[in-house]
Amino acid sequence: MTEATDTGVTRAEYCAVACAEVFRGDGEVMASAFGTAPALGARLARLTFAPDLVLTDGDAALVDGAPPLGAAPASLVLESHMPYRRVFDVVWSGRRNLIMMASQIDRTGNQNISAIGSWARPKAQLIGVRGAPGNTVNHSTSYWVPNHSTRSFVEQVDVVSGVGYARAAAAGPSATRFHEIRRVVSNLGVFDFASPDRLMRLVSVHPGVTVDDVVESTAFALVVPDDVAETRHPTPEELHLLRTVLDPKGLRDREVRT
Amino acid sequence: MADKRLTLDEFVSELDSGMTIGIGGWGSRRKPMAAVRAILRSDLTDLTVVSYGGPDVGLLAAAGKVAKVVFGFVTLDSIPTDPHFKAARQSGAIEAMEVDEGMFYLGLLAASQRIPFLPTRSGLGSDVLVVNPSLRTVRSPYDDGEELVAMPALRLDAAVVHVNRADAAGSGQILGPDPFFDELFLGAADRRFVTTEQVVATDQLLAGGPLQSLCISRLLTDGVIETPGGAHFTACVPDYGRDEGFQKEYVMAAGDLDAWATFRERFLAVDEAGYQSATREAATERAAAKAAKEGA
Repeated sequence: MTEATDTGVTRAEYCAVACAEVFRGDGEVMASAFGTAPALGARLARLTFAPDLVLTDGDAALVDGAPPLGAAPASLVLESHMPYRRVFDVVWSGRRNLIMMASQIDRTGNQNISAIGSWARPKAQLIGVRGAPGNTVNHSTSYWVPNHSTRSFVEQVDVVSGVGYARAAAAGPSATRFHEIRRVVSNLGVFDFASPDRLMRLVSVHPGVTVDDVVESTAFALVVPDDVAETRHPTPEELHLLRTVLDPKGLRDREVRT
Repeated sequence: MADKRLTLDEFVSELDSGMTIGIGGWGSRRKPMAAVRAILRSDLTDLTVVSYGGPDVGLLAAAGKVAKVVFGFVTLDSIPTDPHFKAARQSGAIEAMEVDEGMFYLGLLAASQRIPFLPTRSGLGSDVLVVNPSLRTVRSPYDDGEELVAMPALRLDAAVVHVNRADAAGSGQILGPDPFFDELFLGAADRRFVTTEQVVATDQLLAGGPLQSLCISRLLTDGVIETPGGAHFTACVPDYGRDEGFQKEYVMAAGDLDAWATFRERFLAVDEAGYQSATREAATERAAAKAAKEGA
């Protein structure tokens, strides 16, 4: 069953709220969100503090409102045609904010979804770099890692798919011009790169998680400020939206257990 | 207008070993699978496959047809990776050119426009430029001086795409929500083939969908092959969705040598009509097995 802290809020619900925060202040941009917590976060943001956010139907259209997870296609109100060819127009225009997943992520914000081991002869072939190289140098990108461990938070990723701060800087002004790795959300906490050397910094831990838990589950030296906040609690309205409107079947608690 | 209709055998006879072949669709969606199966039955080999990859890449790799794959991803959509492609990469059996999926688009566009490259920000700073040492950057000749990736044209010897309807002269209609990059695959190729669920009279095309669905012009096609169920087991909406049950069978079989031999014997060592009837039987068997399980 769902869980655990004194407020009855599950870990997955903190993650969804942390993902929603990624979209705060963006105005009219296309939100793309991979994974359950990001999908819920984008919808939460759209229904609360980011009403101009533009959501997709996961296929080839933009959709009005914020449909529940798994909503029947016939129930969606479509507002625009967005086939892949047009998605690239949006990517390259910068009017997009994305939460992707990462099989590996490192301290400078490089992400890997291509292959584990050497690229030439992988130990494990993954899906491929997909759009990660282009996304990261064209618009704000964040990452969602539902299984924070020393295998996912690594010293150096095996294949740089999404571009982190050091690699973008080394590639020059055309790479840094629109580059922003806004945040990393894991099942343990929230991270950003607002440290002097643009290295991954712990922003908050989800209630029920200690700073030590995070440090032990991370293969590199995180920047850990003296005061680490708790990830903010969902508002009563957000909890209602999550539990009753957007995800009544509780898919979120299957992605992240408390 | 010329009648461009061909059989699958005639299509295969127009290809040669060593060719670079573009395959339309995206992941496990609207793939020209009947054409892929025809290639599997042929003696073609040493192909370079250029694809927004799905089971087309996996099947061709498993049959030893592939020397090299040009890709940004290979996925079955509802299942993240293709087991045969995975195995071929992990054993080092195939050469790879992996690029960002937007770079891939620009490579096809450049080839369609008969220009050597198109500039893009995408790829900068990533390992795409490291693992493909042949990729170059280019400096803007204007005052901004930006240095961008020069994505080379992905010129194709042949391309094949699958559409919902076409006429005999090669005008193609895509009734699903996304035309993907099929038009550019054809534009990038010397020999251009369209497989279709159904060949209809030209004056019947608009009866099937709006003008915007007529997105493949006969300027882009040399051959039309009628292949009902020709995208199976990938999705070809609105004619049919992905056959998830069969896709699972494909993945399960790929994990075991004996199971794969049985799968190949039943579904791939037969002609297209044999494939279609065998997969219908398999669907009936899965339904019966499910009913028995639920009744038990």
